[in-house]
Amino acid sequence: MKPFVISKPKIKTKRKWTFEGFLGVPYQAVIGFLIVIPIVLMLIYSFQSRASSQTFTLIFTLDNYLRFINEPIFVSLMAESIGLAFVATLISLLIGYPLAYIIARSNTKTKTLLILLITAPMWINMLLRTKALEQVILMTAPELIGTNVAIIIGMTYVYLPFMVLPIYTVLSKIDMSLYESASDLGANKLQTLIKVIIPLSISGVLSGIMMVFLPSATTLVVPKYLGAGRFLIGNLIENAMIAQGDFGYGSSIALLMAGLILIFLYLIKKVDKYTEGGDE
Amino acid sequence: MSKHTFTSKTFLSIVLLLIYIPIISLVVFSFNDSKSLIQFTGFSLEWYVKLFESGTIMDAVFTTILVAIISTIASTLIGTLGAISLTKNKKWLREWILNFNNIPIVNPEIVTAISFFVLFGAFQIERGLMTMIIAHIAFSVPYVVITVYPKVRQMDADLISASSDLGATPLQTLWHVILPQIRIGIIAGAAIAFTMSFDDFVISYFASSGSAVKNISIYLYTLKRGIEPTINALSALIILVIGMKITFDYFKTQKNLMEEEE
Repeated sequence: MKPFVISKPKIKTKRKWTFEGFLGVPYQAVIGFLIVIPIVLMLIYSFQSRASSQTFTLIFTLDNYLRFINEPIFVSLMAESIGLAFVATLISLLIGYPLAYIIARSNTKTKTLLILLITAPMWINMLLRTKALEQVILMTAPELIGTNVAIIIGMTYVYLPFMVLPIYTVLSKIDMSLYESASDLGANKLQTLIKVIIPLSISGVLSGIMMVFLPSATTLVVPKYLGAGRFLIGNLIENAMIAQGDFGYGSSIALLMAGLILIFLYLIKKVDKYTEGGDE
Repeated sequence: MSKHTFTSKTFLSIVLLLIYIPIISLVVFSFNDSKSLIQFTGFSLEWYVKLFESGTIMDAVFTTILVAIISTIASTLIGTLGAISLTKNKKWLREWILNFNNIPIVNPEIVTAISFFVLFGAFQIERGLMTMIIAHIAFSVPYVVITVYPKVRQMDADLISASSDLGATPLQTLWHVILPQIRIGIIAGAAIAFTMSFDDFVISYFASSGSAVKNISIYLYTLKRGIEPTINALSALIILVIGMKITFDYFKTQKNLMEEEE
């Protein structure tokens, strides 16, 4: 009797697995052909020299990576983009954190309305939003177009919601009673904020920084409209890839950025674990 | 719960005002009767007429909608079935798939754009409408999966066994038992896929570069002469549609909240 009892459900699960496994084939094909293979290709191209990038003969070179240090135009544009994105991220944080804090501490009804108002512009095409901002700057202070100030305003305007959302998500998870216990224990509002709330929301802050900084540093649109056609790193990539078909160039930059993100994600995970552990 | 202080209310109002002033001005100037985007000279619907008469803009709108519809249907289908099958994969395989799934989500758009550019270049696939659609499907599927997969996991496994015990074929179980249970996730995933596709610029631009195919974003970006108020008219219409959807969603959630409170 025993083997019979065991074998029956086994057959059943196996049949189900085959059918449902089959359902996943298109998805696995998308992952394989459109996500994994492109990464492998970028890796290969990033170590290819310029001349060989079309014919695909394997000649190993570090030229594409050495450019990050050697080529003056690249280095200065990279520094400029990072600098502008850094300031924009800082401003987004200074505006976004209090904003997220205020929203998280509102009552449920106001909360949904405010989150909706903050996120609604994200549904509008980014080019149109940048265009709209350009129009307002042209109306109020046209001399700003083309300056760093306009570019920073643009980056902040376009990416601010990406700072508010993750911080809000973390803040709204914080138990309200923590505020009360902190004040019961004699902490004033500022102390509660610095000693309790901010440390608990670090993972949201890091996510926000990542989601504002990287797109800001690589945007094509903001420098084009608000920088009066100025070139930043995104435009350099655009030019290298689309106009000149230099695959190695873009690939190495893309991989560098992907590496940066991995580091960021690792940090966020680490900080998150720390707060969870500290909670208990 | 807590009442906002005067300072925080002022801060909130200023930020919201700054966010919405450009959007409002965009709409206002779509009704301007002169070409100026800086001075409002009078009311007219001229730019709306011009918008519908402009072949290139209408082509871009058509391309955008076509790509969004096809890629939403395809990615919702692929992603939903993929999410269902994920639960049947071995743990290590599932984790690997989900790790790869998250790559396009966490990467800045330009990295994904470069990856498609390299992919189509390496295989000598001519870039155009087809490659744009493929790229859109590829960046939407991961979002559908992360929206649908949690719903699949929340599903009551007993219901599926019950269904097959009662003699339903796997296909019948899928259609009558599994899909209805994860419906909310599927709708949310499809909505994300549609908006992402509709608004996309960088990935479309790289995935279709060298061809004459243009969606709204590419059209705006590659516009040689200065932007005309026709663009404002187009924006105003898009904003109107989004505004209606958001208002609708808002009242729906408020209604749900009220029902929950009761």
